[in-house]
Order: sequence, then C-alpha cells, then structure tokens
Amino acid sequence: MLGRIRAALADRPGPVTVPRDYDRTREAADPLALLAERIEDYRAVVHRVDAAGLPGRIATSLAARGARRMAAPVDLPTSWLAPEVTWRPDTDQSLTIDELDGIDGVLTGCAVAVAETGTLVLDAGEAQGRRVLTLLPDYHLCVVRADQVAVSLPEALARLDGTRPLTFVSGPSATSDIELNRVEGVHGPRTLEVVIVTGG
Amino acid sequence: MAGRGVTWLGTPTFPKAARTALADTQLRTNLRNATTTIRGKRAGAVAELPDWEPLRLAGEAIKDEVLADLGTYLERLEAAVTARGGVVHWARDAVEANEIVLRLTREAGADEVVKIKSMATAEIGLNEALAEGGVQAVETDLAELIVQLGEDRPSHILVPAIHRNRSEIREIFRREMPDVPEDITDEPRELAEAARRHLRQKFLTAKVAVSGANFAVADSGSVVVVESEGNGRMCLTLPETLITVMGIEKVVPTWSDLEVFLQLLPRSSTAERMNPYTSVWTGVTPGDGPKNFHLILLDNGRTDTLADTVGRQALRCIRCSACLNVCPVYERTGGAAYGSVYPGPIGAILTPQLLGEDVDKQARSLPYASSLCGACFEVCPVRIDIPEVLVHLRAEAVQAKNKTSPEAVAMAALAWAMGDARRWAAAQKAAGIGRLLSRGGRITSLPWPGSKWTSSRDLPAPPKETFRAWWRRTRG
Ligand code: SF4
Repeated sequence: MLGRIRAALADRPGPVTVPRDYDRTREAADPLALLAERIEDYRAVVHRVDAAGLPGRIATSLAARGARRMAAPVDLPTSWLAPEVTWRPDTDQSLTIDELDGIDGVLTGCAVAVAETGTLVLDAGEAQGRRVLTLLPDYHLCVVRADQVAVSLPEALARLDGTRPLTFVSGPSATSDIELNRVEGVHGPRTLEVVIVTGG
Repeated sequence: MAGRGVTWLGTPTFPKAARTALADTQLRTNLRNATTTIRGKRAGAVAELPDWEPLRLAGEAIKDEVLADLGTYLERLEAAVTARGGVVHWARDAVEANEIVLRLTREAGADEVVKIKSMATAEIGLNEALAEGGVQAVETDLAELIVQLGEDRPSHILVPAIHRNRSEIREIFRREMPDVPEDITDEPRELAEAARRHLRQKFLTAKVAVSGANFAVADSGSVVVVESEGNGRMCLTLPETLITVMGIEKVVPTWSDLEVFLQLLPRSSTAERMNPYTSVWTGVTPGDGPKNFHLILLDNGRTDTLADTVGRQALRCIRCSACLNVCPVYERTGGAAYGSVYPGPIGAILTPQLLGEDVDKQARSLPYASSLCGACFEVCPVRIDIPEVLVHLRAEAVQAKNKTSPEAVAMAALAWAMGDARRWAAAQKAAGIGRLLSRGGRITSLPWPGSKWTSSRDLPAPPKETFRAWWRRTRG
C-alpha cells in the first residue's frame, strides 16, 4: 500500500506550511464562572465551593441524590468520603462490571477542565481510576480544582499526555437522534454533577 | 461481491431515486425540519469562536500536509501503535478488511460484535460480510439501531435516522425489540430508555467491539473517537478485544493538531461547543480497557483518490455533515437517494472517486446531484472546494462517455473556468450561468444531464451573487 501511496503522489505536492494564527490561549474574566455556565448549558448540575466547604458539599449532594453505595477510585482524598455512604474502592480493579452496573454512582476528580466548552477531561490519573468507573454507574459526581481549569481547548490539550487513556466529558450522555430532541442519558451516566473548588 | 463496497448494489441512478424520494412528503418534511434546525444551530456555534477562519485554514493545511506525505505518517502511526501493544493491519480493499475483522473475531471466540457507528465499516459492508461468516454485528448508536431494526438505509452521516419521526421509531421498536414495554409511547425519552435496556446486556457481555476512528495521531499512536451517547465508550472500554477500522486519511501528524480538529468538528457537526464524549486511547493500557487492540488501516480506493490532483482534497473530509445540511438538493431527496454510504455533497464527490475503475452508472450520476450553489464549501470546516471537484468529475464522466459531445465541451470549459478563481468570476459575470435558465427564481430546465434532475423537480436558482463573488466583496 505504501507503494500505491507513493505512486499516487507522483506529482510531488510540496510540503505545506500550516498557518497557526488561531488563538492558542484566550482570556476569560472569570474562568471558573465560565466553566460553570458552560457545563450548566448541558443541563448538568454545578456547585462552586471553597476547599473547606468541599466535604460538606459532597455529602449534601450524595444525600440529595439518595446515593448510599458509591464506587471510588482507590486514591480519593479521605476527606471526600462522606461517612453516611458505603464506599466501594476499586482496589486492583476489584469492582466487577455487574457491581458497577448496580451501584448508585461514582465520585472522581479530573485531570483538566476546559472553561470555554464546559469539558472535563479524565486521564485515569489521580482520583480518577480506570475508565469504566465513570461509565457504568448512572450518576457521576466530579470534583474540579481551580488550578485544573484551562480557558481554551488548545491550553487543555497542551497539559495532557495523549498516550494515557483519556475521556473528555461535556455534560451527561445524550442523544439527539429522535427528531433532534436532546435526551439525556442513553448509555453513559444520565446525571452529571460537578463541584468546582475555588481557591486551589 | 464488488471489491470496494461504498454503494448499495441495485440502487437506481440518482435522478431516478430522487424522483421516488421527492414523492415522499413525510420524508421531505422530516428532512427539511432537521436540516433547517441543524443549520441554524451550527451558525450560532461557529459564530462564537472569534478565530473560526484561521482554524479552518489550519485544518485545511494540516490535512494537506498529511496527504502530501501520507506514507511517512502512516508508518509513524504504525510504529507508535505497535510500541504501545497494539497490532496494525493494512487492508487494500473491503474484502481484505472484512476478512481481517472476521478472522480476529473468530480468534477471540465470539459470534457477536458490538459496534459504534463507523462510516468506514459501512463503506466496506462489514455487517453483511460478518453475517456471511456467522458473526452478528450489533449497531449500538441509537440512530444506527433504528436503521438496523427497521431494515432501512441510513440517510444522514450524523443522524442516520433523520428521515424517521418518533411515531415511526416507536413502531419499529415495538415490532423488533422483544423486550420493549407494550405501552411505550413515542416520547423520545422513553424510546431512548428502551434502547438503553435493549443494549445494556450486550455491552456487558460482548467480547469483541468494532469501531471507526475520527482521528489518529502519528506521533503518539493515539486514536480518537467522538460521540454522544456513551455507546462508543462502552465499546472502547468493556470488551476484551477492540478492532478499529480507519481510513488511511484519518491520520494527523501530532497531538497538538487535535486542538484544531476538536474545535472544528463538534461545532460543524452537532453544533455543540463539544460533543458529550471524546475518547482517546493508545495501544493497550494494562488494567484499563481492552487487552487486545487491532488497528486496520483501510485503503479501499483512497490511494486512487489521492492520485487525482483536483479530487484528492475530498480526503480532507472529517465527516462532520455540515455540507449535507446546507445542500438544497440533499434537503429535498434525503441521503438514501445517493445510493451510497456517503450522501450529500461530500458523497457526490467521494463515492465515484473511491470506486475508481469500479465506478458504475449510479455512482457516475452523483456529481450531477448538485446545483453548484457553493454553500457546501462555505460551511466545510476543512475548506473542501466541493463545487470545483464536482465540475472536475462531471468533465471526466462526460469525457469517458464521448470525447467530443457538446456536453464534453461545455463541461471541460466549465472545469477550466472553475479551476481558477478569476476565470470563474469572469465566466459567471459573463453568463450568469444558472440564472439564464431560471424563470421566477426556479430553474425549470437544465441541459442534459441536469435535465434528468429538473424534469422531476424545480431547483432553486443559484443566488444572483455567487458565493465566491460575495466572498471577494466581503473579505477581499
Ligand atoms: S466535506 Fe466538509 S462539510 Fe462535508 S462532511 Fe466533509 S468536512 Fe464536513
């Protein structure tokens, strides 16, 4: 096939210079507010709290949702583990597919967030676990730290390692296949809730 | 079977199929509502980015750079994927690609595969080939599922069941899903829920998944799939074996090039700032996702397309479907009339090129499925000059038929005129081409072969000012 490709390019098209004068970075007056607004546009629930308020916020959200059994990446900060809830850590990938399918939800952090597009990126790193954890449970509660927020997509990609398994999440699972009506929740989590932690 | 697939065997030529489609008022209503809605939303999503034109120019140039040195980038991709534990296969045509998938599926001990919507696998007729080999392919994208259960043809790249309304979908589900509740209504929410339940068990037990790819990064070996429902994530994460079939033109040089395409694609396609899910993976990651990853690099007519210096730009296409939604011809006929996996303006130029020497009468009629209004170029995120390629292919088709027919002369002249922006502007000013033929803003008759089209339907006349003239006036 390489021979066919070479033959097809017999006219020797010259090397192309890619014009890169699009915006790599962009300014935002308040990136956290922008992120919150853009995630809400996907009809996801967003909260903003300071670091001290985070454990309380997590507990309140889980209680409001009636979530009693939650899946957890093994390295979640202990202060996030609301005491009223049974936490199922995914030690050595111990959570089976059936278990995850039947569990109330999952709590994770993220690697990077994109304010302009309201996107959370998970890279299986700290406090995120493997990909299936945020796929099978019907409810995903995600914590974003202020220092993880980039304004534009190019800024976010520059912070990521493309060889890790990455999941970009922009709102809950959705389809528009029936008369272009947006319906949340087909196969991925139907409810996405995001806590943005201000002040680092 | 035909070596390359792409078209559906036995479909009538475009003018004939179009006449049938035009008689279907329900279809036309569904389509018009859908394309009008997406068109409006897309314009809004695009207007939000202050650097949209620079992004388009970068997208165009990155793709051209890849095409100009395709062999190098593919070898780089192969090396990177292999280094991360994946296996790369090269498939010259549909038959070879299908054989590889069937063999890998059997080796995995499976008689069923779950699939995430993929144009490449539709192009090679994978589902049919697997069925012949005793393997059932289950489409998991809601729209694809509707099409599969309805034993129907997809009609749009992005929303394949756009021609079906909710009550039609309800009927299909009631007829074809054994587990659907008796009293299911036609509420989209309930229908989506039925699909969720129907497919859940399949996801949880599938051993093999088949996907396409939106992009693959040569430097890192990362493969990218963009989707909405999470069925893609299911396929990419749960089964033990993942087989990805990818057209060779989908490669991009470096990780940071994705910053261009991940901005261009969602806004052009679903008119969203970002689609709900984008997955990126590289080879295999122990403890996370499939244990075996196979990447099939598919030619199937792409190197032939690459050899055509005018036509090769079609390989820049990122399958966003924006050109479908602005096309006056597509809006009236729907995708099925094109008789090809690739409908609309991009289908009209890609289908005959991919088929190469296999090209049949039906595919040859496709470059005429256009009013040359230029709207498709205006919206294309990678600036494919579809009208230019259409005229080029028409000239070729006529030449093949009869070197000195009046059509040949006219088409060759048109191709020559369109080959250069200045010549084109002059020609249009001099002739007002389409408008000469129009009465009251409708074109009522076109010379052959356009006559085959206009005899069944009036076309809207091209605007007084051509797109190019407008472009020069407003940007020049
Ligand atoms: S030709 Fe351009 S507008 Fe049409 S689907 Fe391809 S990328 Fe999109």
